[in-house]
Amino acid sequence: MQRHHICGAVTAAITIAVVACGPTPSTPSTSGTAHFPVTITGTNGASVTIDKQPRRIVSLSATATEMLFAINAGAQVVAVDDQSNYPASAPMTKLSGFQPNIEAIASYSPDLVVAVDDTAGLVHGLGALSIPVLIETAAKNVDESYKQIEQLGEATGHTADAASLEKKMQTDLAAIVATIPKGTRQLKVYHELDDTYYSATSATFIGQVYALLGLKNIADGAKASAGDYPQLSAEYIVSSSPDVIVLADTKCCHQDLSTVSARPGWSSIAAVKSKQVIGVDDDIASRWGPRVVDFLRALAPHVKQLGQQAA
Amino acid sequence: MQILARFSRPARAEPGAVLQGLPRLPWLWATAGAVVLLAAMVLGVLVGPAHIGLGTVLQALVAPSAVDPAQASILWSLRIPRVVLGAIVGAMLASAGAAYQGAFRNPLADPYLLGAAAGANLGATLAIAFAPGSSLIGVNLVPLAGFVGAGAAVAGAYALGRTVTGLRNTTGLILAGVAIAAFFNAIQTYIQQSQTNSVRQIYSWILGRLVTAGWEGVLLVLPYVVLSVVVILLHRRLLDALSIGDDEVTSLGISARRVRLIVVIAATLGTAAVVAIAGTIAFVGIIVPHTVRLLVGRSYRVVIPLSLLFGAAFLVLADTAARMVAAPAELPIGVITALVGAPFFIVVMRSTRAAAL
Repeated sequence: MQRHHICGAVTAAITIAVVACGPTPSTPSTSGTAHFPVTITGTNGASVTIDKQPRRIVSLSATATEMLFAINAGAQVVAVDDQSNYPASAPMTKLSGFQPNIEAIASYSPDLVVAVDDTAGLVHGLGALSIPVLIETAAKNVDESYKQIEQLGEATGHTADAASLEKKMQTDLAAIVATIPKGTRQLKVYHELDDTYYSATSATFIGQVYALLGLKNIADGAKASAGDYPQLSAEYIVSSSPDVIVLADTKCCHQDLSTVSARPGWSSIAAVKSKQVIGVDDDIASRWGPRVVDFLRALAPHVKQLGQQAA
Repeated sequence: MQILARFSRPARAEPGAVLQGLPRLPWLWATAGAVVLLAAMVLGVLVGPAHIGLGTVLQALVAPSAVDPAQASILWSLRIPRVVLGAIVGAMLASAGAAYQGAFRNPLADPYLLGAAAGANLGATLAIAFAPGSSLIGVNLVPLAGFVGAGAAVAGAYALGRTVTGLRNTTGLILAGVAIAAFFNAIQTYIQQSQTNSVRQIYSWILGRLVTAGWEGVLLVLPYVVLSVVVILLHRRLLDALSIGDDEVTSLGISARRVRLIVVIAATLGTAAVVAIAGTIAFVGIIVPHTVRLLVGRSYRVVIPLSLLFGAAFLVLADTAARMVAAPAELPIGVITALVGAPFFIVVMRSTRAAAL
C-alpha cells in the first residue's frame, strides 16, 4: 500500500517505476561472492562487468559514496572524491569527480570506480587499465535513486543490504508523506539554489521530492528551453508569492530568513510573511541519496502546519 | 538603410577638419538618443514576467499607496531599479569604450582592454570561493572584490606598460593589458575549476547579474559613474586632438601621456564600478561607439555623448529581452547584447560601407 502510494506520486518515472516498484529484486540476496561475476548496465546505458567482489572501490560521486556506506559497503571503499563529505568516515581524498585524473585514481589500485559522469575520458582511460567503471548519473526521481542503490548493491555484493535500505526509505518516505493533510489548497514552493535565483523544476530529483509532498513548484512556470535548473526573475518569484521557500544555498551563499527578508520587494511574499523560509543543507538538497528522507522529514512539519492553517 | 546612409554622409569629415570643422553635437541625434532612451526605459518598466497592467503601472508611479502592495513593490523595488541600473551600466560601458578607443587610438579597444574584466572576475571569484556571504562595512564582499580586482588589473597593466616601453606608445600598454588579463584569467579559471561547489555562482556572476539589482546597486555605482562620465566628457576635445596624434595634444601645451592616463583612470573607475555590480557584460563598449561613429561621425565630441545615450538605451532593451524571452526564466544579458548587437552592427557597417572607420 505504502509502496504504491510513493510510486503513484512519482509521475515521471514510467519505465523505471516498473523496475523499482515491482517485486523485490530477484538477484540473490546473499552478501558475498556468490553472484560474481556480475554485469550491470549503468544509468548511462554502458554495461560493466565486475569479475569478483570489489575490495578497493573508488567513489567519485558524493551521492554514490553515501549510498555505498548506507548499504554497508563502506569497508570496501578505499578513496572518495573531494566532494564526498558524508559520512564522516568516508576516506575523502583530493580526487576530483569533475576533472578526474586517471593516474591519480589508478594509484589507489581500485577494482571498481563509481562516478556520476564519464568526463575527461574516465571510462576509456581506466578501461585501458582493466578497471571497471560504473556510471550512476544524477537521478531524476526517487525510483531512479532506488535503482542506483540496487545496482550498487549488486556491484559490491550487498544486494540484501540494498534491498533493505530501499524498503526502509520507502517506508519512511510514505510515513512522512502520510502526515501531510490532504484536500487543502495546493501550496507553492520555491527552491533556491543560489542567491541569483537559480531554481529546479519538477523534472529534477529535488523537484520530484516536492511533488511527493504535493507542493506546486513555481520553477515549473519556466519554459522548457530554460532547462531543468532555470534562473528565475525576481519579479516572477515575488509575484508567484510562494508559501514555502527552501534555501539550498545556506552553505554556498549564507542565505537565511533575514537575508531573504532584506531582499528588495521580497517582504510581500507569503513565505516571508509567515516565516516559512527553510534553510537546508546544500549538500543534502543537491544529492539523490538515502538522506532524501532527512530532507523530507525537515520539510514536512512546515508543509503540515501550512496545510492545517489553510484548512 | 538609405536613410541611415543619408544621415551618415555629412559625417565624412576630412581628417584635417576633425578639430575645427563639423564636429559639434548634432542636436537632432542627441534628441533622438534621448527619445530612444526614454522609450526603452518606459518599455522596460511596462513589461516584465509579472503581469502588471498599464493602468496599475501609471498609478504605482503617481500614487504607490493606492496599488496592491505586492505589485507596487515589484515595480518600485525590482523592475524600476533594474531599468535604471541597466541604463547606468549601458551608458558607462559605452562611453568608457569610446574613451578607451580614443585614448589608445585603437578601434578594437573596449573597457576591458587593460584587464578590467579579468581583474573583476578574479576578485569576485576569490570572494565567492573563499569568503562566501561575507561583507565589509555593510557592503557585500563580492562586488567590492570585483571593483578592487578591476582596479588592480588596470593599475598592474599600466605599471607594467610603463616599465617596458616608458609609455612612448600605446602598443606596450595594450600588450601589458593582454598579458595581465591572460594571467588573471588563468588564476581565475584555476580557482573556478578547483572550487567545484561555487562554479555556478562564479559562472552566473561572470555572465552578468542585473537579476538581483535593487536601489542599493544603483546608489553604489552612481557616484563612480557620474565622476567617470564627467571626466570623460570634459576630455572629449582632447581625445579628438589625440586621435590625430600625440603631437597634436603636445602642441596645445598638454602632455599626451597625462591625458591618456586621466582618461584611462576615469574610464576604468566607472567600468570597475558597473562591472562589480552587473558582471562583465560584453560587447556594449565596442559596438555602441562604433555604431555612433558610423551613423553620425567620428569626433569624440559626438561619439561620447551619443554613446552614453544609445548605450543606455541599448542595455535597457537588451535587459528587457533578457527578462522576457524565456520568462519567467532569465537569459544572461551578455548573450543578448552579443546576439542582437552583432548582427545590428554588421548591418550598420554594411549600409554605411565603413566610411567612417
